[in-house]
Amino acid sequence: MTKDELIAKLKTIVQPYIQDEAAFDNLSEDTDFINDLKINSANLVDVILDVEDEFDIRIENDDMEKMISVKAAMGIVNEKLAEK
Amino acid sequence: MKNRVVITGLGVVSPNGVGLDAFTTAIKKGQPGITFHQQLADLQFSCCIGGVPLISEEKKLEYLTPLQLRGFNSSGILYGCIAGMDAWRDAGLSIDPKSKLDFDSGTVFGTGTSGVEKFREAIYKLDDKQVKRLGSTVVVQTMASGISAFLGGILGLGNQVTTNSSACTTGTEAILMGYERIKNGQAKCMLVGSCSDDGPYIWGGFDAMRVMTYKHNDTPEQGSRPMSASASGFVPGSGAGALVLESLESALERNAKIYAEVLGGHINSGGQRQGGTMTAPNPEAVQHCIKEAVVNANISAIDIDTINGHLTATSKDALEVENWTKALDRQGNDFPYINSLKSMVGHCLAAAGSIESVATVLQLKEQFVFPNINCDDVHPEISNLISEEKIVKRALKTELNIAAKASFGFGDVNACIIFKRYN
Repeated sequence: MTKDELIAKLKTIVQPYIQDEAAFDNLSEDTDFINDLKINSANLVDVILDVEDEFDIRIENDDMEKMISVKAAMGIVNEKLAEK
Repeated sequence: MKNRVVITGLGVVSPNGVGLDAFTTAIKKGQPGITFHQQLADLQFSCCIGGVPLISEEKKLEYLTPLQLRGFNSSGILYGCIAGMDAWRDAGLSIDPKSKLDFDSGTVFGTGTSGVEKFREAIYKLDDKQVKRLGSTVVVQTMASGISAFLGGILGLGNQVTTNSSACTTGTEAILMGYERIKNGQAKCMLVGSCSDDGPYIWGGFDAMRVMTYKHNDTPEQGSRPMSASASGFVPGSGAGALVLESLESALERNAKIYAEVLGGHINSGGQRQGGTMTAPNPEAVQHCIKEAVVNANISAIDIDTINGHLTATSKDALEVENWTKALDRQGNDFPYINSLKSMVGHCLAAAGSIESVATVLQLKEQFVFPNINCDDVHPEISNLISEEKIVKRALKTELNIAAKASFGFGDVNACIIFKRYN
């Protein structure tokens, strides 16, 4: 999967939870889930569940805590996919 | 100086009508909302009929956002949000996610249990060692105060935001709790009401107790028979009722429409003594509750024009009517009109008191008594106490000034409210 494909998939996943449309439209590797997209912190666990389902991976507590931006999410997803 | 408290908005989600207009039409016609449910039959319930409000997917989206509806599985919260938001708008108040926090407005919105289907879903996942996969939606839908938490956020309420719970008294109690708060100057406006989930997981315990009728699975609309000789247990219902209570001063200032005034009321318990048990009322306490409500409202028993009873269609209906005759010292032809909404919608449990109060207030506003259906054979123990003409079987247009509404619940708890026409 290319980097752009991965970003596109993550973008679809976070869409239901975002509260800042402009930041969402300009979503990039540097976008932060809470500070930029204004995702309610309680919804971060839902984003992670949706990521798990989409890529058929399991994300453990330590990785969950790090998954607060597009870049971090990409890193974790790639790592888990490589382990498969 | 105590504030006078008036009702400026109503909302209702009832098995026989969703929304105020549909509900008003339905109760005037005596239109039942009880249907057969295959799911109950498949689960081998004795009683396979019940009252469930019909809400389309489009309708849900008019009230909750797609994000709120993600992983949403709590019928009671849905009904409560619809009724609460309808009542708010009916009172001429706006709903705006960016509104300024309002410290003068709050809510007391009761329920029995919250999100029982959501809880079931969570338990299956937990037992499958999937606790990590529950997501963020379980707590807010299964905490008892889920409904007041949803409404508090939707409306931006800054006063007390809470959920009360007192079994089938819940809705009536919520109204009195909000009333007290405004009367005492602690709030200007309180959204009060209650909601109840539908379905087998909320109704099953009652089916097991054999307090629901099993004789009308083929004739659901005739199943709920309060005050009838052939009453054979209650029919379960669900839904929500909501009222906006406001100080008279605030209502006049806003030039709001006023449905009726809450004159007063009383809440008590029979302590499960003197014939009272976990599931049966102590008659002395019921009478005391009604008498104290009359005193608190500063009226005389003779002023009451109509009673909306608890009257569930079990063997306790005659006892309830007897309690009313003793508490008011009125019987025969001297007794007020009396009716039970449960004949049309069943027993909506925690939502009963609020849905039935909405019906009672509509009667005062539009000057009619809604009919008791399924009561052509009045129970002889009841017709010995009061004139049968007082149990109207067709909507009656008549002048009404004061209505009494009472609810009684498991735990031997009682609540009675006195409403007055406003003019």
